[in-house]
Formats: sequence, C-alpha cells, structure tokens
Amino acid sequence: MIDTVPRAEATPEQPQPFAELGLQPDEYDRVREILQRRPTSSELAIYSVMWSEHCSYKSSKVHLRQFGEKAPRTDALLVGMGENAGVVDVGGGWAVTFKIESHNHPSYVEPYQGAATGVGGIVRDILTMGARPIAVLDSLRFGAANAPDTARVLPGVVAGVGGYGNCLGLPNIGGEVVFDDSYLGNPLVNALCVGLLRADEIKLAKADGPGNHVVLFGARTGGDGIGGASVLASATFEAAGATKRPSVQVGDPFAEKVLIECCLEIFAEDLVVGIQDLGAAGLSCATTELAAAGTGGMDVDLDLVPLRDPTLAPEEILMSESQERMMAVVAPDRLERFLAICGKWDVTATVIGTVTDTGRLRMRWHGEQIVDLPPRTAAHEGPVYERPIERPIDQDAINVEHRLPRPRNSTELRTTLLRLVAAPNLADRSWVTDQYDRYVMGNTVLAQPEDAGMIRITDDAGQQRGIALATDGNGRYSRLDPYHGAQLALAEAYRNVATTGARPLAVTNCLNFGSPEDPAVMWQFAQATRGLADGCQQLGVPVTGGNVSFYNQTGSSPILPTPVIGVLGVIDDVTRRTGSAFRTDGSTIHLLGDTADELGGSEWAHVIHGFLGGRPPRVDLDRERLLADVLIEAGRAGLIDAAHDLADGGLAQALVESCLRGNVGAQIRLPSELDPFVALFSESAGRAIVSVPRGRQEEFAQLCANRGLPQTRIGTIDVLATDLDLHGLFSVGFAELRRAWTGTLPALFG
Amino acid sequence: MAVRVGVVTFPGSLDDRDALRAIEFAGGVGVPLWHADPDLQGVDAVILPGGFSYGDYLRCGAIARYAPVMASVVAGAKDGLPVLGICNGFQVLCESHLLPGALIRNDHRRFVCRDQALRMLNTTSRWTSAYRPDQVITIPIKNGEGGYVADAATLDKLERDGRIVARYVHGNPNGSYRDIAGVTNKAGNVVGLMPHPEHAVESLTGPGTDGLGFFLSLIGVRDEVDA
Repeated sequence: MIDTVPRAEATPEQPQPFAELGLQPDEYDRVREILQRRPTSSELAIYSVMWSEHCSYKSSKVHLRQFGEKAPRTDALLVGMGENAGVVDVGGGWAVTFKIESHNHPSYVEPYQGAATGVGGIVRDILTMGARPIAVLDSLRFGAANAPDTARVLPGVVAGVGGYGNCLGLPNIGGEVVFDDSYLGNPLVNALCVGLLRADEIKLAKADGPGNHVVLFGARTGGDGIGGASVLASATFEAAGATKRPSVQVGDPFAEKVLIECCLEIFAEDLVVGIQDLGAAGLSCATTELAAAGTGGMDVDLDLVPLRDPTLAPEEILMSESQERMMAVVAPDRLERFLAICGKWDVTATVIGTVTDTGRLRMRWHGEQIVDLPPRTAAHEGPVYERPIERPIDQDAINVEHRLPRPRNSTELRTTLLRLVAAPNLADRSWVTDQYDRYVMGNTVLAQPEDAGMIRITDDAGQQRGIALATDGNGRYSRLDPYHGAQLALAEAYRNVATTGARPLAVTNCLNFGSPEDPAVMWQFAQATRGLADGCQQLGVPVTGGNVSFYNQTGSSPILPTPVIGVLGVIDDVTRRTGSAFRTDGSTIHLLGDTADELGGSEWAHVIHGFLGGRPPRVDLDRERLLADVLIEAGRAGLIDAAHDLADGGLAQALVESCLRGNVGAQIRLPSELDPFVALFSESAGRAIVSVPRGRQEEFAQLCANRGLPQTRIGTIDVLATDLDLHGLFSVGFAELRRAWTGTLPALFG
Repeated sequence: MAVRVGVVTFPGSLDDRDALRAIEFAGGVGVPLWHADPDLQGVDAVILPGGFSYGDYLRCGAIARYAPVMASVVAGAKDGLPVLGICNGFQVLCESHLLPGALIRNDHRRFVCRDQALRMLNTTSRWTSAYRPDQVITIPIKNGEGGYVADAATLDKLERDGRIVARYVHGNPNGSYRDIAGVTNKAGNVVGLMPHPEHAVESLTGPGTDGLGFFLSLIGVRDEVDA
C-alpha cells in the first residue's frame, strides 16, 4: 500500500523504521515537528538520507565554518564554498573549478566499482558548475602493502580509477599511494577533479522561475546504491560487510562521457536555469537542494522517472544512487532545443516536474500525494551537533621523544638508503600510475611522478597559461599532532605546486577521520580543521570546498587522522615550468631551507623501526611562502632547470628520484655542519632541491640572499656518471638503485 | 592547397581533438566527422581516433564498424582513400576487415600508459613515408586491449609482404604477437597503429615530436602530387 500524505495524517501513531534508516529518535521527532504530522515513508527516506552525516555534515559543520570565517582576502575566487565546487580565476578570461571527494567505504566493499564511481561522482560535481572536466588526481591509502586484503583492494581500486577516468578521456595527472596498517579495513579513495570554464559562464545549482520544467536526464534509475549514503557512509562496518554489497553503485563511464559532451553542448547554448548532478542521496538530494536554492517550490511526478527496474518503490526511487544522472531546470521556450541535444547524444531526458513558488516540494506517485515538505528543512536545516571533544588519553605518551638506533657508519647509511627507496611508501609508483592515461586531451605538461600535475590552458590571445595541482596528506604526522599535521599536508601540497613554477591560489580538502561519536576522534578533527583554517589564512590561500569522511574505523580503532589537501596554482606561461628530473650536465645542486634533526613520524622511523612517536617536523608557513616565491621567480627567470620538493624520506629520497628520473648521475657533498644521517633522512619542512645551470649560480645565490632564504650548494650533475655519489660516505650505482626503487610494487601486485 | 583530413567522432571517442590538433601541426586542415553522418565532406584522408567507441563493452570496435560513417570510410579505403586508425581506430579497422588480425586484452590484464619505443619497418605507406627504415621512435601507448593477434599464416604473410608498419622494441607492452605495433593493407593506404602518434607532436605535452611523421607523411605525399 502506498503511504500517502492523507494516510500519514490519518495514522499518526504508525511505527516507522527511522532507526534502521539511520535517524536518531530526536531527529525523527524533529521531522514530525516540521511536518506537523508523521512523515510518509517517502518523506522519511528523504530526511534520512539528507540528514545523514555524509549529506548534512552535522558533526563537522561547526568546525568547517572556520574555512569561511578565516578565509584570506583574494581576488582569485569567483565562487566560494557552498556551491558544488569553488571557482578560481586563472586569467585570460578563463576560470577553473576543482574539488576532492572521498569514496572510502564503497571502495572497501567493492574496490573496482567503489573507486570508479568515486571518480564519476566528482567529475559530475565539476560538470555541474558548467565546466569541462580537464583532469583528475587520486589520493589512495591502503593497509600494509604486504597484507592479503591489500592485494584484494589495491588492484581493484587502481583499475577502477583507471577504468573510469581513462574511458572518460580525462588525464590523471597526480595523487598519492600510501600504505599504513590503520587503513587495512578502511582504505581511503579520494578523487579530485578540475574543470575549465569561461569566467563569465558559471552555472549554479538552483531551481528558479515558477513554471520552468524540471528535467531528469542521463541514465535510468535502478536499484543500485539504495541507502548508500546513509547506510554505507555513516555507519561502521563490523559484522554486516557482506550483506552491504548491493549498496555499492555500479558505474558506466561511457554513459558519463556522453553525458559530459551532451551537457557541454547544452551549456554552450545557455539552455538551463539551474543544474545539479545526482550523487549521494540521488533524487532526494537533487530535488530538495535545487528547490531550496531557487524559487522555493517544486512539483514532481515520480511515475515519470525512467526506471531500469520497474518494480522499484517510490522510497527506493528517491534513495537510489544510480550513476550518470543529472537534473536541470529548463525554461519552456528552451525545452525543445534541450531535448534535441539530448537526442543527438542518445541521452534519455524526461520532464518529471515543474518549479513552483509554493515553498513546498510535492511529489505524486500513481496519482497520490506522497511527499509534501519544505525543501530547506531537508537540504539546509538538518541537525547540527557539537560533538564532545576529548584529547586522546595516549596523546602525551605518543608525543614522547625516543632515541631510535641510527646508522653508525657509511655502510649502514648506504643500507638504510636502499631499504628506504624500496619501501612501499617511497618506491616507484609506475605500477599504479601506468594504468592511468595521462596524455589524453593533449594538454598535460606535467603528470606523476612530478611534484604536481600541470595542464595547459591556451587563452584567446594564444598565451599558454596553465594550472598546477597537487594533493598531499600525512596521517602519521596528523596522529602525532593533528593541528600541525594538517598544516604540514597543506604546506607540502603548496610547496609541490610552487616547485613546478606555479603560484598557489586555492585549497580543497578531504578530511578522513574515524567516528565523530568518539571524543578523541573529534579532538583530532577539531585540531586538524583549526590547523588547516589557520594555515590557509597565513599562506593566503582560501579553502574553496571539500568533503568530510567520518566513520573510517574498524571496531573501535580509527584510521590515522588523514586530512588530504589539494592545492591549485596558476602559471602564466607553461613553457617556463620546472620539472623534477636532473638533466643538464654541470648544473649545480642546491638545498634550499633549513635542515634540523626531525625524524618524528618519519618514513625512516616507520620503515626501519616500525615506530610512530615523538613530534612531527616544525611548521613555518612564512618560510614556505618565501620558498615558494623563490622557486617561482627562479623558474620564471631560468635560474633553475629542475626542482624537487623534500618530504617523506628527506633529501636522500629527493636526490634518488631526481637522478633516476633524468637518468643522470650526481656528486654530492653534504653540508659539513650536519650529521650525515640527519642531512639525508630528516623530514624538515620548507625545503627543496634545485639544479642551477652553469653561469647562473651567482644570480641564483643573490636571489636567495636578497629574499633571506638559506641555500647551500651540495653537488653537481654529471650526465656521464651512472651513480649517486655521496662524497666521503658511499656511492650507489643506478642499476642497484633502480632495482631497489622499481622492484617493490610489481613484486607485490604482479 | 591544404590537405583536408577528417577525424571521426564516435560516442566515446577521446583522442579526436588531439588528432585534429596533430593534423594542424603538420600543416593540414582538420575536419570533424560525425559517426551518424555518412558524408565524408570530400576529405583527402580519414583518421579513426582513440577512445572507447560506444563504451567498447562488447569487443572493441565491434559496434563502431556499423556506424553510418564507416560504410563511406570502407568504400573510400577500397578506392585508395588514406585511412589511419589509432588505438580504438585500429580496432575498428580490424573489425571492418580493412586490416587483418584482431586486438585482444593485454596479456598482463591491465591498462598500460607509457612512452613506448617502436622500430619503423614499412616506410612506404601513405602514413609512414616520412620515416627512415629501422628508425626507432618513441611515442605514447595507452590501451587495455592492444594485444595484436592473427594466425601464423597471416603473420608470415604480413612479414613477407612488408606490411608490418612498426614493432615494439625495448619491451612488448601488451603481448602483441611478434611485437607488432601496427600494420598496413596491401595498397598501403590503410594503416592501423596501437600507439598514439598524435600525442607526440610537441615536446611540451608529449615525450617528443616523433609522432609528427605520420601526419607529415600524408601531407608531404599530397604536396608532391600537387606539384
């Protein structure tokens, strides 16, 4: 029997399964209060998905406000937070929009489809802004590299990211692959997409103008992903793992590729008033959000929704997360043309409703009223929680410094270097990144393994501008100190962008944490968000949008707190970009920044001692800004011909990578005032190595001196040499080095 | 007069814009063609670009061969129209029986994207005359189903007739029989190639400019005819 509005009014005491749908008793009471009656089952479906943690941000909202309150003033931001993604002016009449989003839980249940639909979802978010998606990046975290379940999850996730992105024709230009035990039952799949649009053609998600048509277009609605948003993303796994398999959506990248081309043609002719993609919470989300942001009302006839499975009940239609669907608001005089373009691309398009000024979202099914609610209450006025916060009881203990045994002589230093370059977190990533198309679209200037990806944007005057993007996170640092850990992730992504010669302009973030109901996790979350907001303010780069993923825990063990930060930068002339490979004979190698004895949370402590404790490296954001200025200016002036950021694994790792990427040798003399172990493996922030061409050394030194940036010449490139020679310590031949660096991931994953 | 080269867009084509750009880099004029329209607009040559035509959920290229535009391409090819199929385009040419053999899932079962070295063998086809015999070039390869297969007799005949356009060197990326990266028809006007020359036409966005020769071959030959 259909649960209609009149029936709900007539049967106020009928028990409803709100708890199974994830609503708390007081939340259910609030729904009753809003409606002045019990909700129909369809209304209950809408409120339960819209008020889930995933859609409502009810535990994080009070903390995320800081990103707006502390946002630095900038002229670069055309659209700020709140829309599907922020929009950044890149000059020459062009703008870009970018955002990162998690698809963690589905990727554990069904790695290929979970990761694939994660890419599909973020790409539609970008498309919704009126932008052509132009690149993706993916930040991935897995359990220990040699754990049996990692062998199940990683290949599926990588194939899913590749399978979907490659088929869409979007270059994958960067990201991360990180291993740590804490992610074993909770892999992190964070996908970032960037899109390009004319600065004056931004599309917004709103339903304006009574009488305008509400059009659902793209794939038909099926039974996949029902309850995904509330059930999968907002509750921990525990026992129910296997039964949740059908909750994961199934992706069809071809349908999405066609939908992209269809939408861009529709945008080009300015045929829509508002547009929204159907992601988490499907039709419930699209109808309530579009109506709430527009004139305020909408009438929908659910019978008109094209179905893949004709047996679906209205509640299921409302909650379905079938992929590759969009909703548009179209004026009556544009409808014919809109439908014609959909026809050209063989995209199913159906008028399912009308915009009204009633202030109510009303839906009918088989002629009966099944939904009648004020859309704002579902979309924007969900519950907000001030969750209890408590510093973890082991925080002091974990911050105690331990003196771990260090290599005592040059032989042991050499062994340490070889073990580290072969460690899963530092080894060559080609096994993963070779499964991603980085060339498609023909504008990829830099891609992995470079510090940041870079895409060319040719403006109307023919100038080859570009954007650069990097994502970084470090769960170990954040565990030791979430405030500074978030800032270190921000600083690293910022530095990675500047290393290529691009100026960092804006930030997106994906905040991956355990359960918000655990006060210790909430402390980590509160610290990390405050650290990030303060850091963005100090670096002058606003947060333009992002995503929170809670409940990443197995039993009572949360993942390492993992804020993943994406930074976007702009470069006026991509031909002046700086790569990370050493290549020019005789260029001198310089270390920029200060090196201190900082190995807390380091890759060395992790790999050699399996230890996490102490303090993460010190953060100095003014220094990061200065370093970025010098890298950008030196790149533009041709004073450097390679640059590589120093992060995990320290100077040793950076030297190995720059040498092997360029296939050229180097002779290095470590600064005499530093202990060789500290010089090689410390992870002090605010550092980079650069190579300076012959004859430009004096100018480069002058630039650093004028700006007050410490720099030390540490060596020379020798294109004929086939080793990395550390003067007075040891030398490693490329054959041995390359074997160690490239062998690890293929040996693990085939 | 400038050489006009059509590039077909199927639903799911991805490297169509890149092929158009490569043509312009080589001095030709790119003409977009649409899968549902049999009109080739009087072009001097046709490129079938990379991508996943119709999603390639069935055998790659198996649906594309029935597109209305393909009837005109097949008829034109039989009359000597130069046709280059890149990646998915190569698959479409095999499905259309303009070229022998077939392309199957990579032997390692993974998609592969990397800079690939090739040895150019047939340098007399309409698309390869700008190269020297045995010249080694590096251009990107990116495919999931790029393993070239045919029966031994066909492979022997292709070798005997000099119809192997290029072979992979320094490692076979996908398990192709006899390291075959591309083949041509008997007349030399139809070429299928798994790697992507259109992604190696400017060093800023590719591994170099080694791919330009495929497009210069066509446009250079045409210039001689005009002169």
